[in-house]
Amino acid sequence: MSSTRAQLPQHTVLLGVGNLLLSDEGLGVRALELLERSYDFPPGVELIDGGTCGMELLEPLTSVDLLIMLDVIHANRAPGDLVILRGDEVPARLRHKLSPHQVGLSDVLATLVLTDEAPQQVIVIGIEPENLALGMALSPKVAARLPEMVSVTLLELERAGIHARSRRTPTPANRQLAPQPS
Amino acid sequence: MSKRITIDPITRIEGHLRIDCEVDGGKVKKAWASGQMWRGVEQILIGRDPRDAWAITQRICGVCTTVHAIASVRAVENALDLEIPVNAQYIRNIIILAHAVHDHIVHFYHLSALDWVDVTSALKGNPVKTAQLAESLSTWKGNSRHEFAQVKERLAGFVGTGQLGIFTNGYWGHPAMKLPPDVNLLAVAHYLQALEIQRKANKIVSILGSKTPHIQNVAVGGVANPIATDSQSVLTIERLMAVKGWIDELADFVKNVYVVDVAAIGAFYADWLGYGKGITNYLSVPDIPLDGKGTKFALPGGHVPNGDPAKFKAISRFGDPFFEDNVAESAKHAWYKSGKGALHPYKGETNPQYTDFQDDGKYSWVKSPTFQGQPAQVGPLARVLAMVGAGHQPTIKTLNFVLDTAGAIAKTKIPVAALHSTIGRHAARAVSCAVQVDELANQWQLLVGNIGRGDTKTFNNPVFPKGEISGVGFHEAPRGVLSHWVVINNGKIVNYQAVVPTTWNAAPRNEKDEPGPYEASLLDNPVADSERPLEVLRTVHSFDPCLACAVHMVDADGRDAIKVTTNGCGTNLCA
Repeated sequence: MSSTRAQLPQHTVLLGVGNLLLSDEGLGVRALELLERSYDFPPGVELIDGGTCGMELLEPLTSVDLLIMLDVIHANRAPGDLVILRGDEVPARLRHKLSPHQVGLSDVLATLVLTDEAPQQVIVIGIEPENLALGMALSPKVAARLPEMVSVTLLELERAGIHARSRRTPTPANRQLAPQPS
Repeated sequence: MSKRITIDPITRIEGHLRIDCEVDGGKVKKAWASGQMWRGVEQILIGRDPRDAWAITQRICGVCTTVHAIASVRAVENALDLEIPVNAQYIRNIIILAHAVHDHIVHFYHLSALDWVDVTSALKGNPVKTAQLAESLSTWKGNSRHEFAQVKERLAGFVGTGQLGIFTNGYWGHPAMKLPPDVNLLAVAHYLQALEIQRKANKIVSILGSKTPHIQNVAVGGVANPIATDSQSVLTIERLMAVKGWIDELADFVKNVYVVDVAAIGAFYADWLGYGKGITNYLSVPDIPLDGKGTKFALPGGHVPNGDPAKFKAISRFGDPFFEDNVAESAKHAWYKSGKGALHPYKGETNPQYTDFQDDGKYSWVKSPTFQGQPAQVGPLARVLAMVGAGHQPTIKTLNFVLDTAGAIAKTKIPVAALHSTIGRHAARAVSCAVQVDELANQWQLLVGNIGRGDTKTFNNPVFPKGEISGVGFHEAPRGVLSHWVVINNGKIVNYQAVVPTTWNAAPRNEKDEPGPYEASLLDNPVADSERPLEVLRTVHSFDPCLACAVHMVDADGRDAIKVTTNGCGTNLCA
């Protein structure tokens, strides 16, 4: 037991990325919102809404042990399919743009390699998109798999020895970024 | 025979900008700038609560989140004629300036310096000679021979792995690369130091903005930062002191490294003072308001026609009709329905009509904005020329320092008129950054002074009237004039238009078929090797292009556009 404990990541980041204004493109941010509202995480786990940002993420992604990226993933699968990328699959994927914002994110990771501060382990969890048109709501197929994506994320954290606790009452959703005008 | 070059994408990050050039005899003869993604974010805002618009517009772009938040609340406040507490202005000003300083440092060192600096040549640099050169220019603590030796060793290790990572797509060994190895080593060392220093600017934004990269403290009517001198959860004196520490570190770097590097590198590339001029009708807006209504500003802005600061005409307050009445956008050469002439943003329409890329017809998703019916260049150069015209002493002093330093290295006198050029835009950006970092310290002082006098008010509640109101919010963002235009009816948004800096600069031909600033700046730009058109990139990058917000949407057929081709030879290129 003590040997597993010694390998626990000290600094874990859950990073939701994507453009909230392009329907399924906002998946990563929506998944992060759901995790943030419904669970409590132990110290050392940071939840970051990265949106479509690039260099601004350099500081928060510095010297991270475990980086879990939540994002829409184009993998030529059926819309709504859950996709997990790990190890060598991650950098190869990032070089081919998964979505427009990742031009910036791959630069951030490349810069962290240059400064020798790159995340030790990167896992990407996402869903094949159905609709990338203008709009703030997820498509039905992708929305239907969102709870599963959240569960898979929690399982990955469990594998790393990190236990998130379900909240009895989730915090209310952010009205300002709600999918439809109120 | 003329040859057509297409570069797509042209930006190192973000962005979906395509540049087409016709090259003849080693020079660009004709150019087209094309935004490759549809812009339509405004439609999402229709029917929404105007108090929420800033949170949504902040999602338009990943590079400039805060600027859209600021322009949006200003637009709604202008429509309401709502004054905000002066503390709220100071807090917004600190965020604006920290963001600008961050943006300019990152643009110069990480997004465009490698157009001029050859990383592989730095491996041949001599750390002792590099230190001698650096120490002759500046007293910066990171200029020791020990530092340069370490950087050289680190770089050799990195290049030795065979994986260049972030440096993969550079034009190493290109004939247009002219810096001696020692200067390249100097620049690479400062590239790495800049990576470290830019984090301090980000920390300021996250402390005051409550979060980064998307700030959460802005509100129509002020900011949501409670101020208290004794509570931990709010803006405390301890936090403000930490902010001051980072401001001082940033000021040290900007004045002793960034400004000096731009002067030195510019001097080695003095021939580039003769390229990239383009549109010399310049537009900027005043910013860093010093009162609640926006009638007094720390940094002036306005119109500089014919590139002549003596002809400067100020924009003097938020909602100034000189700005509000003189902006229009044409869709004649953009992929939207057109035919009504150039429209004022309150009447703006965004109805897509995709054709193909038609050289003389429609060829871009970017509309073409005009000021008083003419194309205008925006950005740091427009800002600096306006501030010179307004007699802003800190700007004049810094500009003279840069021109004198570069002139001493190049052994020639460099006049203000040389700024109308590719290198001039970099120089102006550095001057602007130095002025902004000093103003950042001023705004910190004003905030702390005001809190010290017992004023902790940060928010005035907005009240929306029945009926229709409209307003414009402008902001001098890092890339230049940003304006949001909102029409509100019974408390709901009925029209919204964002005219962003890159729309001004990357504009296609306008209603009168005149080229936009990028297009005009490329005329007679040299191209030594049309398969590696580094010189075209230099001129376009000098504007700090950021197409993600000029146009925002998936491209027409839903595919990623990563094609970089030179028509005529069939070779693929990487920008």
